[in-house]
Amino acid sequence: MKMTERIFEKLLLICAGIAVLGVVLIALFIFAEGWPIIYETGVINFLFGKVWAPTQGLYGIFPMILGSFYVTLGALIIGVPIGLGCAVYLSEIASLKISRVIKPGIELLAGIPSVIYGLYGMTIIVPFIRNVFNNQGFSILAGSIILAIMILPTVINISKDSIEAVPKEYKEGSLALGSSHWQAIIKVILPSARSGIISSVVLGMGRAIGETMAVIMITGNSTAIPKSILSTARTLTGNIGIEMGYASGEHQKALFATGIVLFVFIMGLNLLANLIPKKVGE
Amino acid sequence: MMTIRFFFYGFNMDLTITLYRLNIVILLFNCSIKQGGIELKKTNIKGMLSLVLIMGVILTGCVGQPAPAEPAKEAEKQSIIINGSTSVQPLAEELANAFKAKNPNATIDIQSGGSGVGIKSAIDGVVDIGMSSRELKTEEKTLKEFKIATDGIGVILHPENSVNDLTIEQLRKIYTGEITNWKDVGGKDSNITVVTREEGSGTRGAFIELTGLEVKEGDKKVDKTLASAITQGSTGAVMTTVAGDANAIGYASFGSAKDKTDIKLISVGGVACSEENIYAGSYKISRPFLMLTKEEPTGLVKDFLDFILSAEGQNIVAENSYLKAAK
Repeated sequence: MKMTERIFEKLLLICAGIAVLGVVLIALFIFAEGWPIIYETGVINFLFGKVWAPTQGLYGIFPMILGSFYVTLGALIIGVPIGLGCAVYLSEIASLKISRVIKPGIELLAGIPSVIYGLYGMTIIVPFIRNVFNNQGFSILAGSIILAIMILPTVINISKDSIEAVPKEYKEGSLALGSSHWQAIIKVILPSARSGIISSVVLGMGRAIGETMAVIMITGNSTAIPKSILSTARTLTGNIGIEMGYASGEHQKALFATGIVLFVFIMGLNLLANLIPKKVGE
Repeated sequence: MMTIRFFFYGFNMDLTITLYRLNIVILLFNCSIKQGGIELKKTNIKGMLSLVLIMGVILTGCVGQPAPAEPAKEAEKQSIIINGSTSVQPLAEELANAFKAKNPNATIDIQSGGSGVGIKSAIDGVVDIGMSSRELKTEEKTLKEFKIATDGIGVILHPENSVNDLTIEQLRKIYTGEITNWKDVGGKDSNITVVTREEGSGTRGAFIELTGLEVKEGDKKVDKTLASAITQGSTGAVMTTVAGDANAIGYASFGSAKDKTDIKLISVGGVACSEENIYAGSYKISRPFLMLTKEEPTGLVKDFLDFILSAEGQNIVAENSYLKAAK
């Protein structure tokens, strides 16, 4: 092999290595900074403690774990059916003309900065909920609606790819046996594409849990345990984002500890997404 | 913890060195391509190489954190040690940075142990300057005090709200959740949306202290703000939230809130929130920021205090949305 070729290969390897190094360094950093607080507080007290009062040395992030869970669950309940419907429409029904309009729209949706989503939520969704339910407006519901829109591109693109990867013969066979197009979609195509669809949901979940800016702007960030979908709530990411500005000493370390929990959640979700078998049909 | 830290810094340094080496290799390589004229798409190679180079520089820049600065021992006369109020500390840092820009040899070490610690250390003479965000008690009056700024916090409501005055007691009860409806304080029948700042914020610290939301339980100070209050991370976000909700109540530093038209500043205990009343001390949610010295200040300490009280220093105070020490 030529010398130049070899050098380039090594250079590219280094490029790839830097990405992995980034993850490792960040993980090391978060754990080194945050672990002492979890250790001192005790894992159970930290994860299930109901009071977050960092200036008094009380570090319980249970309200935030619940907040993240509810907001994400709401986003999935609203976002997944819409996203899946859109994916089926694009890959099975839409004419070329229509999909030429919809596809760039979805790409644009993925490109909008999250602070813009937050601004939209704060000025449109929050006042809307305030008027309809006559409450404070900032709520899990508002957060879920905005996050549902934000995870749409992830859900649509991955589901669409997996639906399009279903062999043509499956659909043709189903139609030949006398099924309608709708029956073929429901009974044959979607079940065959199920692993890809599940992956899209898991990755959408990761996006929803990790979102920070938009959520801070619309969920109200209160540290109480949320009582209903109309309650205010604080997410794990929101906890770090909102308090980092003035935090120092132990308080700051407790925010890194929140980061550890978040990190573990996201790692778990990504592992889950990788464990889902990639094959089509069965 | 120490060992982890140590390991960590060591790791960082190794990485930095490796990346610098990498940069040199790339630089050399880049030169050799230019000279040798290898038959490849040159533009692409250069583009990619410069990308790698930039990445390397960025990464080394990010990773290579400077080690914590060691106190300059040779310039002992050129250093000031300050300790005290956590509320004054951010402003003191700003002032110290501006002062250091003019006096590059000066070292100013600012710690924040709380007003009590600041006053005590100034009396004991273990620091050059103590910081306090409360008035001195009579037995502490032996200290030389320099008022560097005034911190006033305005209570803000939506302009449509018919309530125009609340007592400190009513404010405390609203923020602890004992009062939840505007009709209990003379407004219309609707739920109060309580808006507060995040823990650690100086404005929140001052508000809970001055309204009695901070209660001593044993030797601990406990913040009684209700947990379900909407929490915002900045003064701006609090004001936007209150501006958008007819039932909301919030608080913000007077300097930031005074000129806003989409919110209203209400009076507290019958005293309007105005510059005059804050300076006069009759408006209750306000406090002085004091710098304290044991003896009449001399040398660098005097220079620093003079700088703070000069027009330039006071402009920095105003830029940080506090009121100047005096009108």
